[in-house]
Amino acid sequence: MEFSKVSGKKNNHKVTLYALSTCVWCKLTKQFLNENEISYEFVDVDLLGEEDKQKVRQTITSKGGSLTYPTTIIDNKVVITGFRKDKLKEALEI
Amino acid sequence: MTALEQVRKRAEADAKTYGYYLTPQPDLLQGFLEGLKINEDRYGYPLCPCRLTSGKFEYDRDIICPCDYRDPDVAEYGACYCRLYVNKAVYESKNLPEVPERRPLEKQARAYAPQVATQSAPTQGAQEKPPTPAPATQQTATQQPEVKKKLWYCKQCGYVVFREDPPYICPICKAKKEMFAEIESTVEFNG
Repeated sequence: MEFSKVSGKKNNHKVTLYALSTCVWCKLTKQFLNENEISYEFVDVDLLGEEDKQKVRQTITSKGGSLTYPTTIIDNKVVITGFRKDKLKEALEI
Repeated sequence: MTALEQVRKRAEADAKTYGYYLTPQPDLLQGFLEGLKINEDRYGYPLCPCRLTSGKFEYDRDIICPCDYRDPDVAEYGACYCRLYVNKAVYESKNLPEVPERRPLEKQARAYAPQVATQSAPTQGAQEKPPTPAPATQQTATQQPEVKKKLWYCKQCGYVVFREDPPYICPICKAKKEMFAEIESTVEFNG
């Protein structure tokens, strides 16, 4: 599965975003990360093949996340469901 | 191709019919409508832009916009899951609420390779919980679990619907799901 990588000035956290290409809240999450110059990787799950979708499902559920988008995983442990600026700010220390 | 204006008019008409409003933020509204249009072009039906699809109509039936969950979500939170449809109070305040996903997990799971899901489910589930008898839908010879449709009628107004589950709220008389009962019949549906 190919993640798109976005580089920003702040790269002290590993940020992985699972998004949908059609979803407004996912776009706003990307925009928020861009504006705050956060380095992150993302994948649009709706554009993936079946096998990759299954991998995404396993990754998100193994970290206790729900299968909703956007789901942001920070440092492989903090799972943020939905576009929650407050939670993103707290986890990313911005 | 569906015209964006067509998607907008349909949403506006639906909001008007049911006494709802479309999201008060123009940029968000534009995004929702574009998402719906992309999905309609891609799958042939205006699938919820905020949810992952299986691309199979019968699996996605409940998340075709306006989705099954809109009415109970607007009633409880003031907005649907996407926040495309809102009630008057939310529309006027412009403060969009957080709306948790109401769609049951087993339906969400249909978006992820159904064949793999049914084969791996017994081994994963066995460790966590006692084995439950497999639903009838999984005992069929086909690889994918089939959606078993039934006839439901609203005991209040008589509205009849042929689908997997009754709607949360009757689209005609607004009666709750509990007012629906299954019609037991031996009628065969061909084609």
